[in-house]
Amino acid sequence: MKCTEFLKELTNYLDGALDERTKSDLEDHLAWCHNCYVVCDTTRKTIEIYRDSELYELPDDLRTRLRSAIMTKCGQSKKSGPQSV
Amino acid sequence: MGAIQPNVQEPISDELALVRAAKKGDDQAFEELVRRYDRNVFRIAQHITQNREDAEDVVQDAFLKAYGNLAQFQEQSKFYTWLVRIAVNEALMKLRRRRPERTVSLDEDVKTEDDSLPREVADWSPNPEQMYTQAELRDILTRTIQGLPPGFRTVFVLRDVEGLSTEETAQALELSIPAVKSRLLRARLQLRERLSRYFQKRAGGDGNK
Repeated sequence: MKCTEFLKELTNYLDGALDERTKSDLEDHLAWCHNCYVVCDTTRKTIEIYRDSELYELPDDLRTRLRSAIMTKCGQSKKSGPQSV
Repeated sequence: MGAIQPNVQEPISDELALVRAAKKGDDQAFEELVRRYDRNVFRIAQHITQNREDAEDVVQDAFLKAYGNLAQFQEQSKFYTWLVRIAVNEALMKLRRRRPERTVSLDEDVKTEDDSLPREVADWSPNPEQMYTQAELRDILTRTIQGLPPGFRTVFVLRDVEGLSTEETAQALELSIPAVKSRLLRARLQLRERLSRYFQKRAGGDGNK
């Protein structure tokens, strides 16, 4: 497997979406290609850091206010009929 | 190295029951759906619009549209996937209003040339998150993801932050599965490369910027 082929399969590999043979070929490549190992490892870390980052959490007070506004508007909209999506 | 595990999501087994109750006019059931997904919609909206007030508007508008169009929801996808599609469209409209000089779409800046190997392959520190304070880290992550084109950013957020499957992301964004996979790969690699500036191992090992 060449580095470019590895890269094409990287997303499927990280998502666990590869068949056993392709996965095995890829891991053989990772065993000797340090650059691809680093790319794979740090891409995984990138995903994990963003997944755990809690960016843009909705504060409780704002959450309550928004939900109240939504339900009030929903009640009012019953009279005015459906909108286009 | 094994596969990344998807985010644990709230149970959806009773989602359909809530949707059907809401369709029959049960507003408490709809409010439960709001409670279940408002945080997700807010995150997605803020990632796309990059503006807090716009994200608040998107949360309200998306749920209001979902409420007004529940009868048209055919139950062929999860309610959440359908809701995300509405929210993404609302968020993109907000973004277009903010940037009237530019046409903003999910296709923007999506290059189609062959994949090339990343330029930056320096290894990272073992615990990159610990190199910075929480506030610094949040700032780095925010600025880095904001630098991605909307088409990449949105796919990354839906797949990797919100934990939608490739198929659900394709449905929500009305993209093909190969298009989602291609954008996800590019988004992940671009973010990785940009974060390498902050997280790579230092000769001195002190982790300072």
